[in-house]
Amino acid sequence: MSQQYPALLVIVPLLSAFAISIAGWVNKRLCFPIIVTALSVVVYASIGLLLTVLEKGVVIYHLGGWPPPVGIAYYVDHLNGLVLVVVASVALLNVIAAKKSIEQEFPDKAGPFYTLYILMVTGLLGIVVTGDAFNLYVLLEIAALTGYGLLAMGEERAPLSTLNYLYMGTIGACFYLLGVGYLYIVTGSLNMVDIARLLPPLYQSRAVLAAFIICMVGVWLKMAFFPLHAWLPNAYTHATSAASSLIAPLVTKVMVYVMIRLILTIFTPEFVFATLALKNVVVWLAVIAIVMGAILALAERNLKRMLTFIIVAEVGYMVGGAWLGNRAGMTGAILHIANDALMTLCVFLVVGNIVYKVKGYAFENLQGLFRKMPFTMGAFVVGAMSIIGVPPTCGFFSKWYLILGALQAGHYGFMAALIFSSLVSVVLFFRIFEICYYEPFSDHHGHDHPPEPMDEAPLTMVVPLLIVAVILILVGLYTVDIVNHIIKFAIPEGLV
Amino acid sequence: MNMAELIPALIAKYNYWIYITLMMIGLYAMIAKNNLVKKIVGMNIFQTAIILYYVSIGVKKGATIPISAGGHGAAHEAVHAADYLNPLPHVLMLTAIVVGVATLGVALALCLRIYNRYNTLEEDEILAQIRKK
Amino acid sequence: MKIIGLIITIVTGAFLVYAAADFPAWADPNSPASTYLSPYFIENSMKDTSVPNFVTSLLADYRGFDTMFETTVIFTAGLVCFILLRISGRKEPETSHYRHVLTGVTVTLKEGRKIPASEDFERIDDLWTPPDLIIKTGCRLMIPFIQLFGLYVIAHGHSSPGGGFQGGVILGASIILLAISHDLRTALERMREKVVAILCPVGVAIYAGTGTLCLLLGVNFLDYSALASVLHVDPIAARSHGIFMVEIGVGIAVMTTMIWIYNNISSAGKYNQGL
Repeated sequence: MSQQYPALLVIVPLLSAFAISIAGWVNKRLCFPIIVTALSVVVYASIGLLLTVLEKGVVIYHLGGWPPPVGIAYYVDHLNGLVLVVVASVALLNVIAAKKSIEQEFPDKAGPFYTLYILMVTGLLGIVVTGDAFNLYVLLEIAALTGYGLLAMGEERAPLSTLNYLYMGTIGACFYLLGVGYLYIVTGSLNMVDIARLLPPLYQSRAVLAAFIICMVGVWLKMAFFPLHAWLPNAYTHATSAASSLIAPLVTKVMVYVMIRLILTIFTPEFVFATLALKNVVVWLAVIAIVMGAILALAERNLKRMLTFIIVAEVGYMVGGAWLGNRAGMTGAILHIANDALMTLCVFLVVGNIVYKVKGYAFENLQGLFRKMPFTMGAFVVGAMSIIGVPPTCGFFSKWYLILGALQAGHYGFMAALIFSSLVSVVLFFRIFEICYYEPFSDHHGHDHPPEPMDEAPLTMVVPLLIVAVILILVGLYTVDIVNHIIKFAIPEGLV
Repeated sequence: MNMAELIPALIAKYNYWIYITLMMIGLYAMIAKNNLVKKIVGMNIFQTAIILYYVSIGVKKGATIPISAGGHGAAHEAVHAADYLNPLPHVLMLTAIVVGVATLGVALALCLRIYNRYNTLEEDEILAQIRKK
Repeated sequence: MKIIGLIITIVTGAFLVYAAADFPAWADPNSPASTYLSPYFIENSMKDTSVPNFVTSLLADYRGFDTMFETTVIFTAGLVCFILLRISGRKEPETSHYRHVLTGVTVTLKEGRKIPASEDFERIDDLWTPPDLIIKTGCRLMIPFIQLFGLYVIAHGHSSPGGGFQGGVILGASIILLAISHDLRTALERMREKVVAILCPVGVAIYAGTGTLCLLLGVNFLDYSALASVLHVDPIAARSHGIFMVEIGVGIAVMTTMIWIYNNISSAGKYNQGL
């Protein structure tokens, strides 16, 4: 059965989606157990697959029994394996924490919501594990459509924000499809490894250059890289907490994975960094993204919206790090995929807990939370330290590699942007700590007012949050192992 | 490249010029129009242009549709690839058409929700209503 | 906004025209796309799967995994329309209109009151028009033949243009024709909401289930040759039958999704009256 792990990763969530959909009409109480079981099997299979890759090298799985390029092949190497484990664990922890919030906000549509949830996870897992360029497009659209459904079920402004996300997301996916079409017309194949084999004689052709740029623009649209980021703050802020804490950590990071896959596997680093002269332009765009993300976050009076601008800045880190063109920068970018997914999950779960108890996320609602919800705020402190970049949390180590890469490439602007955004994050988060620490001002009239009792969120919401906070510290402590055993082999040797 | 070479090259690739024009019409509608449904129509034109591009890749001079001329009984006859159109772009575009229809359905459902809430489909009026709050 | 749109469009268009200089000419039989991979499908489809229609064998066997996810996309679209629009049936609509059949008098009842079903009064919509005998009878006669044609298209996907998607849309269109020519309530009586909503995932599950059956029989996912032991035929015919089974799943999924989306959008989620 262990050779079937790549297929199981995608089939188990897909079949359970149908089971949950039918259970939603027949007996609603079965939905939650089915989804937790399915995601646990996925986590187990993804960890098993990563261990197999560490032992034996690249795992290739032929779907339908047809060898590539005739059929579709799944291709799991160190880069995939790591991202698969991250996606699966984030999805599982989030669904356990989201149960109460779903019951509070829309109890009668819980069945369809869980179905969309697990279909989105299927789409994301499929994007990461596939080795066929067109299969990636189909799964990209599954993740996108389920995302639109999940995000539109929010407050009043949610349908309009989701519609704007739909326009930009569709343009992005169509550009990716067009890029694959250009690759097909000059090579005749759709399999990623096969295209990489057929491309080198064609590096000077204009069609290959166009294919690369069109694919990149499409992927940048979907990951909200500046200046194509306008859809992200609205879409993520107005959604319900269960949906935003699934989509915010995962979708943009999986798109960063797709970009790195395009750079490393399909268009090899020789073409991207040597033949094209775009490196500097993209890194400067990333610098602008980081600075704009940080400044716009400062202007917000609303916790959730501030965090979405931080996501824009983090995407800038990853794109800049990948395009620096050296091993340290690429290592930082890949490590940051995992770290940023965990950090974003941590802070968005905190927002979910706060919304569940206080029913609002503007700064005025946050007063006195350190006393009322100590465990939640403790995890928030760990997440904030990670975003700022304080050791031993994982955020420090990925920033370290990115700065190392910037120094090696001589790109001092990128290094300055990284340090600038850390300083701005200090201001952002300590401002919130100050608001949360002090109680709301109540007139005492001389009477002794007893302090507010502890009113923590329910256990199913707090325990996953604490687990994520602990993982943030553990991943930070084990960074050297992760880099030397996994990430070192994910990057081809040619990249120095 | 002088004119004598340019004109035949332009005419030989006329399918690409058509698809690029359609794509740009669709893209312009999505960016510049104010009405939400017109943007959706532009999105459809954009996706259809890409489908047209793929299908035009698969055409071969003098070939027929990709169904074996002999039918079921012709299992032992040799089949020459040059006689039949390339079936792979057709298969890929079946998927793309379906994805386009699905996105259209979701976009229209969202427009219905927006209309129920704001009573208009013009983007500037909706933004004015939001800012008034 | 229009100027920005114009600039973006012109720049992108110019870039694409620049890139098209390297493309092979229209209908060139020696282009890489026509000579590298696709000759394998054309020459070996009959030998591997005994299906004359190369597009069907490519769609459902060689690249069947893509098609499974395509069917999931259709199911997702129906589900998203449902989750966004459907208002739970607890709240009855405020006013309903009834028409006395013999005299033509319209009765409007407010605050959710209803007349029990009887021969004298019929329920009408807000946008009611007098019933047209030609349209109603014509459509009622055509619908069984449309459905028969839809089943034909699904079954003959192997040897003529057709297949699950095309046949599923025709079948869905037959029920939607009933909803348009009569009214939505008649179509809902014929195919209830719960039946449609449960058949949709069942259709996609037939596809995924066929693949899982192959997985459980020891080969890779969606390798139909394993079905030879279950169906007692040789592996090549087993591939042909496997393709047919998944096409049935696709047809059911597409039909129910078309009906589901139409029901949700035309009644704006309330399911009391249609267009």
